[in-house]
Amino acid sequence: MLVSVQNLHKSFGDLDVLKGIDLSIEKGSVVAVIGPSGSGKTTMLRCLNALEMPNKGTIQFEQDLRISFDKMPSKKEILQLRRKSGMVFQSYNLFPHKTAIQNVMEGPIVVQKKEKAVVQKLAENLLKKVGLEEKMHLYPHQLSGGQQQRVGIARALAIEPELMLFDEPTSALDPEIVGEVLTVIRDLANEGWTMAIVTHELKFAEEVADHIVFIDGGYIVEQGPPAEILKNPKEPRTKQFLNRLLNPS
Amino acid sequence: MLKFQKNGLVKMYLNNLLGAADPIVDWELFQSSLWPMIQGGIQYTIPLTLISFTIGIIIALLTALARLSNSKILAGIARVYVSAIRGTPLLVQLSIIFFGLASIGLVIDPFPSAVIAFSLNVGAYASEIIRASILSVPKGQWEAGHAIGMTHKQALTRIILPQATRVSIPPLSNSFISLVKDTSLASTILVTELFRKSQEIAARTYEFMQLYITAAILYWIVCFTLSVIQGRIEKRLDRYVAK
Ligand SMILES: Nc1ncnc2c1ncn2[C@@H]1O[C@H](COP(=O)(O)OP(=O)(O)O)[C@@H](O)[C@H]1O
Ligand SMILES: [Mg+2]
Repeated sequence: MLVSVQNLHKSFGDLDVLKGIDLSIEKGSVVAVIGPSGSGKTTMLRCLNALEMPNKGTIQFEQDLRISFDKMPSKKEILQLRRKSGMVFQSYNLFPHKTAIQNVMEGPIVVQKKEKAVVQKLAENLLKKVGLEEKMHLYPHQLSGGQQQRVGIARALAIEPELMLFDEPTSALDPEIVGEVLTVIRDLANEGWTMAIVTHELKFAEEVADHIVFIDGGYIVEQGPPAEILKNPKEPRTKQFLNRLLNPS
Repeated sequence: MLKFQKNGLVKMYLNNLLGAADPIVDWELFQSSLWPMIQGGIQYTIPLTLISFTIGIIIALLTALARLSNSKILAGIARVYVSAIRGTPLLVQLSIIFFGLASIGLVIDPFPSAVIAFSLNVGAYASEIIRASILSVPKGQWEAGHAIGMTHKQALTRIILPQATRVSIPPLSNSFISLVKDTSLASTILVTELFRKSQEIAARTYEFMQLYITAAILYWIVCFTLSVIQGRIEKRLDRYVAK
């Protein structure tokens, strides 16, 4: 297992959002996280790279890193954890004062202290991979939403993470450009990247994911292969959720 | 009345238009007073503005960061400083630093006294501008920095401050223009800047109206020029700031 999460808890004040999450992510696998709005999907993803600090539980990356949140982890541990994963945000969060290629180069240069010429090459290749080699010197506000999100993906890939995290990467996009971002994510899956994707695109999840996790009320209610969870869910809550998504009244 | 002929037709016409038997504008005095005033501006008003603003901005940045820091002590000190400066008149601050300190044995020359007072003043007011502009950068920008593994300091200097700077430039240029005018208060602590030069000449000639109007026009010209430049800068910034 690349990642093992044990008994993860997170609350905001009195609101218990995650009430004990256990999750394993196999190396090279794609995990799709589904569930009703407000069920804690984003919070769980953000806990995985400590953008949200869990109150309890452990996160382990193979044998390299094991962080217990039962007491406050050190700054160093948090940085180590963050450098293991790349995050793609729902609202892109590109750096508006930097061009596309500068956005991609920022991590390797500032965080990993790599040589500029090497990083330049790396960033050009990544932007080519996401189909933006012609736009690399444009600023984010000169790009469409789909293009910005693809820069966001390249920026996250640039630090060569072991795990890619996507929080509803297409939900801010117009329907006609959702496809261009999904295509990029599909390519990454085929290349063997380990990914956790929060999504409402059930068809995409079915096609790309190896493992589906259904979250509701702060717990993982049910998880398993797509064929099982999406076609033959056991839990009534999963059935109810899927019904509502597939047959919106 | 002799000087009338010497000063040419236009001026004569102007004076006659004003209908004064005793001319309102004394052109000879105008000519002889203009240069000393401009000199006062070049020697003191401009350096005082530039030096105080530069030091003030550095103080302001440190103060803003202190107020935003997790340290209660730093934040507390910064808050008291800002409150004290904003809650007292600039004229009183100048007087304390020059006359007050001198009376308890700490004598500082007029110009450095003025630099200290104006720097502290700019530091307090601009710190509020800088603090607000740091807070105006969306939280997602910090998170994007942290997500690629940046430390707090890296995210601050590489991601947040460059964006905050763009936000703060328009209000900071207003502060700069205000400072140009406020430096006239240094006249009260014997700095022979533009306004004090005009006061000195007025005291000799009793032409208060003319000299003070001349001083006003000189300030106006400088501030008007600065506001034109400010407009240009803002237009350029607008182009690159994401909406
Ligand atoms: N920073 C926060 N402060 C307080 N409450 C929060 C915060 N972030 C999320 N929540 C709450 O936690 C719950 C789960 O949110 P979230 O993880 O965003 O759900 P999802 O992504 O599944 O829609 C919601 O009730 C939300 O209001
Ligand atoms: Mg969410």
